[in-house]
Amino acid sequence: EGFKVRLSIKTALGDKAYEWNRNQRFLFQAAIAFAMSHHLDLEFNVSNVLVCDETPRVSFWFVVTSPGDPSRLVGKESVELAVRESRDRINNVLLLNDATLEFVGVLPTLVAPVKPATPPWLIVFGVVIGIVGAGIVFLLVSTVVQKKRKEKEVAEEEEDDEEAQMKRTARNEGIYNTSFSEDDRNTQM
Amino acid sequence: MKLKLKLPNPGLDDRIASHGDLERMEKDEAGDRPQWDNKAQYLLTCVGFCVGLGNVWRFPYLCQSHGGGAFMIPFLILLVLEGIPLLHLEFAIGQRLRKGSVGVWRSINPYLAGVGIASMLVSFLVGVYYNTIMAWIMWYLFNSFQDPLPWSQCPLNANRTGYVEECARSTTVDYFWYRETLNTSTAIDESGGLQWWMVLALIAAWTVLYICCIRGIETTGKAVYITSTLPYLVLTIFLIRGLTLKGSTEGIKYLFTPDVNELMNPSTWLDAGAQVFYSFSLAFGGLISFSSYNSVHNNCEQDAVLISIINGCTSVYSATVIYSIIGFRATQKYDDCFGDNILKLMNAFNYPENNITQSNYNEILTYLNHTSPDVIQGLSLQTCDMQTFLSQGVEGTGLAFIVFTEAIIEMPFSPLWSVLFFIMLFCLGLSTMFGSIEGVIAPLLDLKVLPRSWPKEVISGLTCFVSLALGLIFALRSGNYWLALFDNFAGSIPLLVIGFFEMISVVYIYGMDRFNKDLEFMIGHKPNIFWQATWRVISPLIMIVILIFYFVTQVTKELTYLVWDQESFPTLAERYYPQWVYVMIFILAGVPSLAIPFFALYKLIQRKFCKKDYSDSTVDTVSAKIQMNDKMKF
Repeated sequence: EGFKVRLSIKTALGDKAYEWNRNQRFLFQAAIAFAMSHHLDLEFNVSNVLVCDETPRVSFWFVVTSPGDPSRLVGKESVELAVRESRDRINNVLLLNDATLEFVGVLPTLVAPVKPATPPWLIVFGVVIGIVGAGIVFLLVSTVVQKKRKEKEVAEEEEDDEEAQMKRTARNEGIYNTSFSEDDRNTQM
Repeated sequence: MKLKLKLPNPGLDDRIASHGDLERMEKDEAGDRPQWDNKAQYLLTCVGFCVGLGNVWRFPYLCQSHGGGAFMIPFLILLVLEGIPLLHLEFAIGQRLRKGSVGVWRSINPYLAGVGIASMLVSFLVGVYYNTIMAWIMWYLFNSFQDPLPWSQCPLNANRTGYVEECARSTTVDYFWYRETLNTSTAIDESGGLQWWMVLALIAAWTVLYICCIRGIETTGKAVYITSTLPYLVLTIFLIRGLTLKGSTEGIKYLFTPDVNELMNPSTWLDAGAQVFYSFSLAFGGLISFSSYNSVHNNCEQDAVLISIINGCTSVYSATVIYSIIGFRATQKYDDCFGDNILKLMNAFNYPENNITQSNYNEILTYLNHTSPDVIQGLSLQTCDMQTFLSQGVEGTGLAFIVFTEAIIEMPFSPLWSVLFFIMLFCLGLSTMFGSIEGVIAPLLDLKVLPRSWPKEVISGLTCFVSLALGLIFALRSGNYWLALFDNFAGSIPLLVIGFFEMISVVYIYGMDRFNKDLEFMIGHKPNIFWQATWRVISPLIMIVILIFYFVTQVTKELTYLVWDQESFPTLAERYYPQWVYVMIFILAGVPSLAIPFFALYKLIQRKFCKKDYSDSTVDTVSAKIQMNDKMKF
């Protein structure tokens, strides 16, 4: 009907570890009494929590007696539920946690890992794709713009060529034979 | 003593530019071939191509498993006798003939076009699976921007009473890798569906690669300033961090402790040779391409030696860093294991805390074994062995995604170290991918299969897109098994075959004398006796020995692969490949290798059946008979 409890105070607190003595045990009993009262909504006293079989490991057994009838023990299931419900408070009172304050046989209530609404990786992915995509678009557009600019320059050069040639032949006192000029490929109608 | 062995090779002079032509091209800067902005870009690109993930996760494992410090001996010997000569050969032939891999071999002899095509196929296949590893790295990188890291905790099961069973039976890092990343199935035939997050990661990897390769070396030349230098910075940061962690020296000692007996083992030499060969990214065609963009008088001999030294040193340096972190992790696990045992003893025998420590553990255990042996039996204490922890799963993806991530969660400020580590891996892999892509695109341009009017951007985009489409196979639930298949067969035997044929072609078909003269023209002096001996005899011999041994071991051993199966947590189980996989293996390894004789045969048949008489090409007309000379004026 009782539960075995193990405390690993030195592991939890290192240099700040406290000595396990009568007063600390009293605090533990008070915490259990609180948990029982909270769970069953009855008034439990410190004297209702009995501790026995203490070892230097710092482990012991405890049982909870019913407040109305001290000779009757409270059932294991209710004690377990009470402890699970107020586990956090019990841990904090003794400056321990689920691993260092062990209730043998009681399943720990685990805290689920926090899951944010959008997974963070998706955000980083979005940022990277956005930057890279913008870069690709920029590079492609700049290539197209460069090509257009080059085509314009070449077209202008060709026009200039014709005029420059005419000017050169005029300078050399010759007559530029326009019958071979490439200006109008088709005779205008 | 001159070996005058040379196969007849008619018409060679018509196919390649002469020295005079090269000088002219150099002066006029004619031709539409792209050029490097400066020497540093070229060196950084080659270093980036050679230094890759293999330096980080293959070399340290080989070093540690083949006798630690003693492994340096076969590695260095084979580096000098095999790596440097092959590297110099590829640089020189690329610089001389100024074409991509297909162009180079086709110029030497049209029957050898198959060598270039084989290079292209291998570059393509390796590129497809290598970039999937990049996608995995990006996935881990994206997931590193949170605290606590997602692989440090197990998710809870349905009724919140405990952790998910798969996670509880293995470890948090195993669970994150096999379940949340890969969502792996239990066999290669169970393909499952496409995992959407993996597809996104693949898209990210190929898009980043595309933007870097979009204009060929114009853009990659800028990208390598970062991707080739950042890994060294991160390695140094990790070295400093690692050395301040507890247990790092254990790891380094484990790595370098020499075991001279391993030198007697032939597989040590074999692995060293294979590692040197693959580490230099030879036979991909990428290095030939990169060298062809150099100026003709670039000192390729110096470059080859320099890059080889850098590659070797990087391998040793990264091995030190990796093993310092592995030593830390092993020490953590060792302490945890001991802590567990001590707790069990304490709880069973009610010893006060801190009475049992690592130092007096053994005496107390023997004492307790005397007094109450049955209780001890019931406790199922584990043996904690440092050596086991140091030798756990430390190569390949297992190193990066399981062992190292486990070490990172133990370090303070884990997200920072995680981000740094995966950025380093990403840069290492990306710079290698540049060479792969170059090894695919340059031959495509040489073969003229794509219209000339298509701009470079479209060609690189098309390559990336096709590779992405094929790479979707790795986003299936069985993707990891496919990748292991590709890694084992596409990137191993074909490369050795191509490398061997490269050497034979240059030395015996192109002609060693001609090659010597070319080198004299390019760098100013004839290559000395070391190069002559290695190119003619030593390196081809080493290549063929490695090839034969590799082939024999692959063919004789039973083809099995490792799966992640519920039955055998936390280790991997061995399964036999189904029959149809043998067809895949043949396609992966056989098609590139057989492309060489296939294209030679194809060319032979083409010549025989489409024989057009090109010899008598004179036209029989009057104007052809009139002698035109300068003196005649109309």
